[in-house]
Amino acid sequence: MQQTAEQTVPQTAQHAEGQQHSIGVYFKIWGLLFVLSTFSYLVDYFHVQGYLRWTLILVFMVLKAGLIVAVFMHMVWERLALIYAILIPPLLVLVFVALMVFEADYTFATRNLFSGAGQ
Amino acid sequence: MAPSELASATDPLAQSKGWPSIVADWSSDQRAFKQVSWGKAMMWIFLLSDTFVFGCFLLSYMTVRMSTTVPWPNASEIFALNIGGNDVPLILIAIMTFVLITSSGTMAMAVNFGYRRDRAKSAILLLVTAVFGAMFVGMQAFEWTKLIEDGVRPWGNPFGAAQFGSSFFMITGFHGFHVSVGVLFLIIVARKVWRGDYDNSRKGFFTSRKGHYEAVEIMGLYWHFVDLVWVFIFAVFYLW
Repeated sequence: MQQTAEQTVPQTAQHAEGQQHSIGVYFKIWGLLFVLSTFSYLVDYFHVQGYLRWTLILVFMVLKAGLIVAVFMHMVWERLALIYAILIPPLLVLVFVALMVFEADYTFATRNLFSGAGQ
Repeated sequence: MAPSELASATDPLAQSKGWPSIVADWSSDQRAFKQVSWGKAMMWIFLLSDTFVFGCFLLSYMTVRMSTTVPWPNASEIFALNIGGNDVPLILIAIMTFVLITSSGTMAMAVNFGYRRDRAKSAILLLVTAVFGAMFVGMQAFEWTKLIEDGVRPWGNPFGAAQFGSSFFMITGFHGFHVSVGVLFLIIVARKVWRGDYDNSRKGFFTSRKGHYEAVEIMGLYWHFVDLVWVFIFAVFYLW
């Protein structure tokens, strides 16, 4: 028990000093963000359409967001209690997104039906 | 918290991992967020609430766009710039994206140099970040001017669905406001770093709390969040 506590000293002591990581990590993430942004721009530039467009755009978006939150905002080095408190609530908003997709589809169908736009 | 306190054999932080650590932290006395100062925890809570604000904007944009029977204006064409006689689609938005990502990189390095007590580098990188932020706002102002000249208004536009204008001005306007506030915030923090406020624990004029380099990291959280929001706006507003 005593030994395990001693082993954690360097890590916790460093944490008390603030988030310190090598500059190299930031350069790598920076490069990756540039590459991913270029890819998402190219999706539009080459007129990729349909489900492939959506898949690519969303994949690049989630990867970029993940890298920013995890490394630039130091989330991977925080304790789980903070990570979950901050990340789970926005994920639950996806339920709201799903609800509004159904609602919007319904509104669209109704408008088509009653305004005669679909005829 | 002093390292010696953490090093004690009764240190609860070292005992649990995974789910048990969450239960232990949240059910513990006094504070749930261990090893995180209140300033940082509160910035995270603020950013969470801001996430909901932007989430609602993007959600309502998605709803009006999916439910309109009028064709949506083609963002790829509207945001094209004429360079050398050719229309390059979405190029201004791509440049704005790269500028903001670059500013995020310089911000991360400013935080790093701050913790290394490298005052000059930290302050310069903060100012560079502020300059990139100001460039972003400038390009956004240019984009707004161009669209307004083209006849885009919150209540209608010549390209298609009327909801395009209101969504565009609301979402990018609110984001641009965040960037502008961030630039001011950056200049203030850069001045404090330059003056050595965080080295000699000078008290803040507003909070009268002792300065600490963590303030730079907290500033960084806000700035990276602004970049994060742009990632979502870029994907769902400009690339859809």
